[in-house]
Amino acid sequence: MSEVILLAVTGVGLGAIYFLVASGLSLIYGLMHVLNFAHGVFLTLGAFLGLEVAQRLGASTWTGFAVSLLVGALAGAAFAALTERVLVQKLYNRHIEQVLVTVGLGLAAVALFDGIWGTDPRFPRGPAWLSETTTIGGANIPNIVFVAIISAAAVLAAVVLFLKHTRYGMIIRAGVENRAMVTALGIDVRNAFTLVFTIGGAAAGIGGVLASHHFGYVSPMLGQTLLIFAFIVTVIGGLGSLIGAAVASVLVALLQQFANFYLWGTGDFAVVILLALVLLTRPSGLMGRKA
Amino acid sequence: MTPAPVPETAAPGAVVGSGEHILSVRGLTAHVAGQQVVEHVDLEVAATGVTALLGRNGVGKTSTIKAVMGLIGRTGRIDLAGQDISGLPTHKVAQLGVGYVPEDREVFSALTVSENLRIAERPGHAHQYDLVYDLFPELKQRAGQAAGTLSGGQQQMVSLARALLNDNRVLLVDEPTKGLAPRLVQEVGQVLARAAEVVPVLLVEQNLQVVRELAQHAVVLTGGRSVHHGAAAAFLNDPELTQRLLGVSTGAEGSV
Ligand SMILES: Nc1ncnc2c1ncn2[C@@H]1O[C@H](COP(=O)(O)OP(=O)(O)O)[C@@H](O)[C@H]1O
Ligand SMILES: [Mg+2]
Repeated sequence: MSEVILLAVTGVGLGAIYFLVASGLSLIYGLMHVLNFAHGVFLTLGAFLGLEVAQRLGASTWTGFAVSLLVGALAGAAFAALTERVLVQKLYNRHIEQVLVTVGLGLAAVALFDGIWGTDPRFPRGPAWLSETTTIGGANIPNIVFVAIISAAAVLAAVVLFLKHTRYGMIIRAGVENRAMVTALGIDVRNAFTLVFTIGGAAAGIGGVLASHHFGYVSPMLGQTLLIFAFIVTVIGGLGSLIGAAVASVLVALLQQFANFYLWGTGDFAVVILLALVLLTRPSGLMGRKA
Repeated sequence: MTPAPVPETAAPGAVVGSGEHILSVRGLTAHVAGQQVVEHVDLEVAATGVTALLGRNGVGKTSTIKAVMGLIGRTGRIDLAGQDISGLPTHKVAQLGVGYVPEDREVFSALTVSENLRIAERPGHAHQYDLVYDLFPELKQRAGQAAGTLSGGQQQMVSLARALLNDNRVLLVDEPTKGLAPRLVQEVGQVLARAAEVVPVLLVEQNLQVVRELAQHAVVLTGGRSVHHGAAAAFLNDPELTQRLLGVSTGAEGSV
């Protein structure tokens, strides 16, 4: 029983990290029809800069940890906004080129991180409490898992509130559904494009700092490795659906955890099977709009 | 059916002189996915009243309107009150005061009725909520309802309301009565008549009775080309012309 609880709670924790990457991917695809293959590097930059800042402020202090989350969010947001303005927006409506440029940026940024931080992983330290465990139903759960879950839930709530209650949020929701009609009402959707990249980059940056503590390391490849699962999550949840991304993140991570433990390490395989099943039975994803 | 009144401005064969146009299109071509869907359209939208854009299915009426909005690639000259807008992106065209009511309503189904109106509010304009709710009291009652759950007629009201909310210089209205019950066709016709008192309208409409009641001028397309310009009544009263260009015979007494 304690085994199941451990797997379930850590699964939700992993799902929280997936969600922080997938939320931005899903919003960006929904509004702009761009598959952003550079999204993982926003996460990696957030993780590295978060780690650098935490070390300078005192890695084991809560202030250091909190500031590293903030810096991770800002770094991811700034990198993403710049990417959108400088690269993606110049290729407005040329989707193939937009995708290619994000692939290129992903490769170039990883090489850049290699150059700055080296190819060997770095090991972040955080407040001691983070690496201790809390016992629930006999299962000893690392505290970082709770922090990841709460952070992802807070990001989800903040983005939902933003989408529901601000004019830009309304424009993004309308644009996901029918971008042409939004422009025909006199709205320059390009500002909304930059905004979804910025929000997605911030979430990924937070995800980077949390992932580095969750997995215990940062490497230049960290983000792009997580990106693969985030893409799967985004497709299963339904491209463009934030809630779909949240549900699918948890679903995928739980499946992965349980299959790894009970089915001889076949977690990744099980996820691909789930992806295939969803694509065959519900091509637009669990919560995607009908094509 | 009773004969529809023929508007006084529509003297048979009258062509509106230049300077009385809010919108003027010259040599318009348009393409979708590399395919030419508008080959050569000239048209003028009169500065007052309703100009009808007519033609059989697939002749390029919708494409012409989309080209004016900049929603599809186009060449040619498009002047709005003397200003060339043919190179402008869609949002700039709209900001200059072109209201668009698309063929399939295109309300934002996940947004509420009131959000569909709020998103249409153009900054720096007065927003005519009084007019909109006076024309469509139902929209006020259903303000909080998701637009996707509305009936076709109600969605058409939302789509019209979005365009009527701002002080536009011209409205482009594409088949507003399509698929509506007769009572709603009448209602939409009345709304357009009222709108046309203050803003000129370019109207694509298959229901010729509605055209007869509303339009003073008509432009007719066949195969992506404009082939007839003139007074709406004169056109509709010419059975040979309507048979040849629209494939329907309209009696001279308005029995469309
Ligand atoms: N998205 C599209 N892709 C390819 N062809 C299109 C598309 N939209 C319209 N067309 C073609 O363009 C022509 C004009 O269509 P349209 O402007 O919708 O005509 P109308 O509104 O007069 O019925 C038609 O032959 C139609 O098949
Ligand atoms: Mg049409």
